[in-house]
Amino acid sequence: MSNAKKISFPHMGNYYIAFRPLVELFGCEVIVPPAITKRTMELGSKNSPEAVCVPFKYNLGNYIEALDMGANVLIQSAGGCRFGFYGEVQNEVLKDMGYKFEFIQTLSNFNIKKISKDFKQINPKLTNQKITKGFILAFFKMIALDKIDKIIRENIGFEVEKDSFERLHKKFLNKLDMAKNLLAIKAVEREYLRLFKKVNVNKPKNPLRVAVVGELYILMEPFSNYNIEKELGKRGVVVIRFLNLTSMLHEYLFGMKHINKLIKHASPYLKYHIGAHGTASVAIAHRLAHEGYDGVIHIKPFGCMPEVNAMSILHKVSKDHKFPIMYFSFDSQTSETGIKTRLEAFYDMLKMRREKNEKN
Amino acid sequence: MIKKVGIPRALLYYKYHSLWESFLKELGCELVISPKTNKEIMNTGIGIAVDECCLPVKIFLGHVSYLKDKVDYIFIPRVISLYKKEFLCVKFWALYDVVKNNFEGIKILDYTIDINNKKSEKMAFLKLGLNFTKNPLRIKRAYDTAKIKAQEQKEMLIKKQEIFLKTKSDKIKILIVSHPYTIYDEFLGGPITKLLQKQDVELIYSDIVDEKEAFKESKKISNDLYWTFNKEFLGAVGIYKKYVDGIIFLMTFPCGPDSLVVDLCQRKIKDKPIAVITLDELQAEAGLKTRLESFVDILKMRRK
Repeated sequence: MSNAKKISFPHMGNYYIAFRPLVELFGCEVIVPPAITKRTMELGSKNSPEAVCVPFKYNLGNYIEALDMGANVLIQSAGGCRFGFYGEVQNEVLKDMGYKFEFIQTLSNFNIKKISKDFKQINPKLTNQKITKGFILAFFKMIALDKIDKIIRENIGFEVEKDSFERLHKKFLNKLDMAKNLLAIKAVEREYLRLFKKVNVNKPKNPLRVAVVGELYILMEPFSNYNIEKELGKRGVVVIRFLNLTSMLHEYLFGMKHINKLIKHASPYLKYHIGAHGTASVAIAHRLAHEGYDGVIHIKPFGCMPEVNAMSILHKVSKDHKFPIMYFSFDSQTSETGIKTRLEAFYDMLKMRREKNEKN
Repeated sequence: MIKKVGIPRALLYYKYHSLWESFLKELGCELVISPKTNKEIMNTGIGIAVDECCLPVKIFLGHVSYLKDKVDYIFIPRVISLYKKEFLCVKFWALYDVVKNNFEGIKILDYTIDINNKKSEKMAFLKLGLNFTKNPLRIKRAYDTAKIKAQEQKEMLIKKQEIFLKTKSDKIKILIVSHPYTIYDEFLGGPITKLLQKQDVELIYSDIVDEKEAFKESKKISNDLYWTFNKEFLGAVGIYKKYVDGIIFLMTFPCGPDSLVVDLCQRKIKDKPIAVITLDELQAEAGLKTRLESFVDILKMRRK
């Protein structure tokens, strides 16, 4: 059967597990693209417009690898910033490369009617009940992923036995991916919340606390940020991140209300919304400067417009509050050693700052 | 009362200058408009801005810096969306806050247009006018006059370009696709138009086009596009393509929307020669000259 539909979608961190129940709704074989590697990046950037932001290149690399594995239906979500326009250009790029496939763009907003129409177009046998079930499963898998992620971020730096968190995380991901109904998902979540709490850690009383803020894809796809969270963790830093899919859903549901709250947090530095998560970056940094955190790391793809807006304001926040903020831009050409060196210098600076403050 | 208002000659100025100038003058406001971009203005802007900012924003900041001690207020409108479900590039959303944080104690006169959140141009100008007079009727009159004047001016430009297009001549015709703030800037587009004119080329500009017609036409190339300015120039490509010998896309580095839209154009337009020129702050005129000359040569050869 050569014309059977095989469906695929781009990666973002481990969220493929949450995307799977949605993609399965289309009723055909699901091909999860191989985990992102250097090759993905090379394939993506070779075929992308030169000056486009780097998530486009990763997505494209995922598509190419999936197509080579036999996928013939590709899904792209939409919304926000340049991301909303990715699909149309990616479709064209892949067609020009000679691939034959169907391209579906959906979830541009949470308009339930529109979504159910999109899904039924591919799979006419779908009922609304099934769609609802798919979304519920995806939702709870996302919550479970985000909860566990948070624990790991805050503790991985202090594990007594090397790699104990990572090993457990792998098991958790496998089990969660297999869970087929709500009860099973909840059971896996409970079990692993317990197991993760039991992992032996040696946490000092008052460790360095650093928040990562910035653009969503780079934040959520560890490969694209050269595992910045893990690198920080390794040095014994508690890493805080406020942005994940759960928080983005919250943002979506509250819309302008959420934005206005952020602007309040960012006042007097902001009067208006500056686009995508730029406002959040400023608001979080400003709040943390007051709450005694040690520093903020701002990460984004090179040329990301909302975050570039945020940067010039973050400079001011940092200067006024003597609050350390470090900036990283990621591109297909970023050098890993460069990042590690700068990260190390930042860590040393935070440590010295801490010691100096404690003496006073 | 606000007396002296400075308008930076950059970004939206090139699209709205007639509307702004006549509206503010009508309300008895003294205007200072920064001079054409020069090396000093650009370098000041580059010094202030974040490295990764696009060049037009850097230039904009240079103009603000030029004006800041010469006027009471600086005029920096904020335009988010002009049509439903469409947006402008986010750099326009943040200009107010970026300027506020980069210049200590600066006073800004602004308005916000955001059709998606029911903030119309009319309301925006009414609010803006209240800074100068308490009489809403006077503001409305000023807005109406300014609006009509701006519209007439644009229509005249479109008509002129149309006549120009349809008259047959031996000269090579090139469509320049670019944002007004790039092509009309003395420092960005200036050298390029001069170089092309020296080669005896007739230039057609993508921003001189009927908006509604352009939006309709743009659908043929892209269905999903939601950046208003890019939609406009895409439509212009569709409308003017058949009259010209070649198309030059003029981008600045790093422009977010253009990085995708121009690539899409290159893939979809197969019947006309296309040159893409990306400008940055380190441009060398010699390189530019060679590229433009060879492009024009190709067009001339195709004609024969």
